[in-house]
Amino acid sequence: MGDTMKNVAANDGADALVELKDLRTYFHLAEGVVRAVDGVNLTIKRGRTLGVVGESGCGKSITAHSILRIVPSPGQIEGGEILFHRPIGANGASSACELIDLVQLKPDGPRIRSIRGNEISMVFQEPMTALSPVLTVGYQIMEAIILHQQVGKHEAREIAVDMLARVKMPNPERIIDSYPFELSGGMRQRAVIAMSLSCSPSLLIADEPTTALDVTTEAQILDLMRDLQRDLDMAIMYITHNLGVIAEMADEVAVMYLGRIVEQAPVEPIFFTPKHPYTQGLLKSIPHLDEVVKTDKADRRLWTIKGVVPDPYTRLRGCTFHPRCPEFMEGVCDQVEPPIAKVGLNHVARCHLYATTTAAAAAARDQG
Amino acid sequence: MSNHMSQAGPLLEVTALKKYFPIRKGFFKRVVGYVKAVDDVSLYVMEGETLGLVGESGCGKTTTGRSIMRAIEPTAGEVMFRDPELGLVNVRELSKDGIRQIRRSMRMIFQDPYNSLNPRMTLLDIVGAPLRAMGLAKGTELEDRVAEMLRRVGLSPEYMRRYPHAFSGGQRQRIGLARALAPNPKFVVCDEPVSALDVSVQAQILNLLQDLQQDLGLTYLFVAHDLSVVAHISDRVAVMYVGKIVELARTPELFTTPLHPYTEALMAAIPRPDPSPRAKHIVLAGEVASPANPPSGCYFHPRCEYAVDQCSAEEPVWEEVGDGRFVKCHRARELSLTGAVQVPAMA
Repeated sequence: MGDTMKNVAANDGADALVELKDLRTYFHLAEGVVRAVDGVNLTIKRGRTLGVVGESGCGKSITAHSILRIVPSPGQIEGGEILFHRPIGANGASSACELIDLVQLKPDGPRIRSIRGNEISMVFQEPMTALSPVLTVGYQIMEAIILHQQVGKHEAREIAVDMLARVKMPNPERIIDSYPFELSGGMRQRAVIAMSLSCSPSLLIADEPTTALDVTTEAQILDLMRDLQRDLDMAIMYITHNLGVIAEMADEVAVMYLGRIVEQAPVEPIFFTPKHPYTQGLLKSIPHLDEVVKTDKADRRLWTIKGVVPDPYTRLRGCTFHPRCPEFMEGVCDQVEPPIAKVGLNHVARCHLYATTTAAAAAARDQG
Repeated sequence: MSNHMSQAGPLLEVTALKKYFPIRKGFFKRVVGYVKAVDDVSLYVMEGETLGLVGESGCGKTTTGRSIMRAIEPTAGEVMFRDPELGLVNVRELSKDGIRQIRRSMRMIFQDPYNSLNPRMTLLDIVGAPLRAMGLAKGTELEDRVAEMLRRVGLSPEYMRRYPHAFSGGQRQRIGLARALAPNPKFVVCDEPVSALDVSVQAQILNLLQDLQQDLGLTYLFVAHDLSVVAHISDRVAVMYVGKIVELARTPELFTTPLHPYTEALMAAIPRPDPSPRAKHIVLAGEVASPANPPSGCYFHPRCEYAVDQCSAEEPVWEEVGDGRFVKCHRARELSLTGAVQVPAMA
């Protein structure tokens, strides 16, 4: 194993479970290189929920796929580290953990396969495509259990029924023998969640798990995930474009734009004192229900972020958001890459507005 | 509701609209039942207003929109439309020719901007198609009209010779809008026009829809599942559940003082972009009833926390309970339900 595995003291980064350091995942296509994930730094803490929010194409799903090493070809991880603090001993009872750099593992090797679906598992957006249509729900849940735990078929079935009961599936003994097409969308998503939780993962990656569901079903699933997180003490990486869901689920939030994290903070400052112009724009461009009684419909207009997300092949100089930014500073934002600035307690933004060095540089330029 | 149909009456009035899809079984394809996708829907839309139609998937909101347009053939009911040229017509009774004529003033835009545009047609062909088919313009005049339409929806007329694949989701939705508005219609059914779009693009399209409504005097039937979007754009909102409208009211009233328990539950379930209260949901138990095999009485009673014996026994009637407020609930007059928004304090 060499240097991919080091035993570290328990209190070294005590609550960190997975750390991404300067992660880069690129797609080499005929049209050019798509930098889907371009230098992402993130820490997922034990038992906490990290919300990752951004519009389509910002790299939030590819970040998740990189952690599980399931980036589809021709994408590949070009650099960076994904450090997984794997607990040693049963169910993390022991305080010690080993440190594994997931980037160094072979994507189809035995080590990542012992982690994937076991210690780190994932719930996908479309529950119909995540389940095989020709196998029963029970078979698919038991498959994961038998693969990762030393149990026989009968025991696996008991665990599967128990998991289905845990996700509040009505009638689990009957549902276990049904096929996905016999279930409604919400029930399918419950089955997928049961499957992903069957090995008590320490990290659950949820990629838009409720986007395909109706609001009342969505509320049920969100409630369920919160309850299960409390019971099982697992960390959740919750990926979504829906700011409302982020506000309900996340402890901490990372906002992504074009493969980079532009702002990161605990959930309250993200919503109450957003710093990055992109985060501010996103929050202002969603309709707020209170406006219904405050303003006349005829005067009601939404704030818009001008322009569109640029195509993924062009590489912009300086800040990638500068062509759309209302705070654009010529000569700075389109020239210099913004540094990560500390803007509050555990609150960082990647923007020139808050960088002391660039402010000085801008002043110097104005004089010169 | 025919009293609304006077001189200054509504642009569109739908009465007892039904669309049943037969369920066939066995060798002889015998009809064994019906999916009542739209079951006795009545509504009216005034000129220049936006009527929002919300509900969860499978509730029949899209089928309602399509039945009104006669994109699918309704089973029963009446759709009265005040056409600027044909006068007051019952869309249900129109011949094929009549439908073609009415398509000038009744148009539709769709949810999926990727599948609703023919990839082998240029923008000129796509946006010009309705004009050409209706014989409204050809040659250079057609090009001028298309250029004008593209400009109106915020696209450059230079794009006219390009194909849809070169455009992003938001731009495609603009193209669909240009096609719908090309023959200068009165009434547009917008079927989930922004639900496939990203947040920042969604805001652009919603603003565009409102600007166009004001500039061109359009009337919208806005079908969507996202309550915040519907609240934003609609003058009045109708809430559908399993093929029936359960409540209809002006937007501020519906969102401050809902009268139907389903409306209340739907509003409580909206995830709010506000992390502070972590407000408790009324999480609705159970699943949406099947329109092929609905429950007895009020379709919502198995999931309703206010249900009494009467609710499972008899179906509530669709009644007007106040100035333009309609509800279909036995207990509407006695319940006091919580809305999504606080009533603003009186100054």
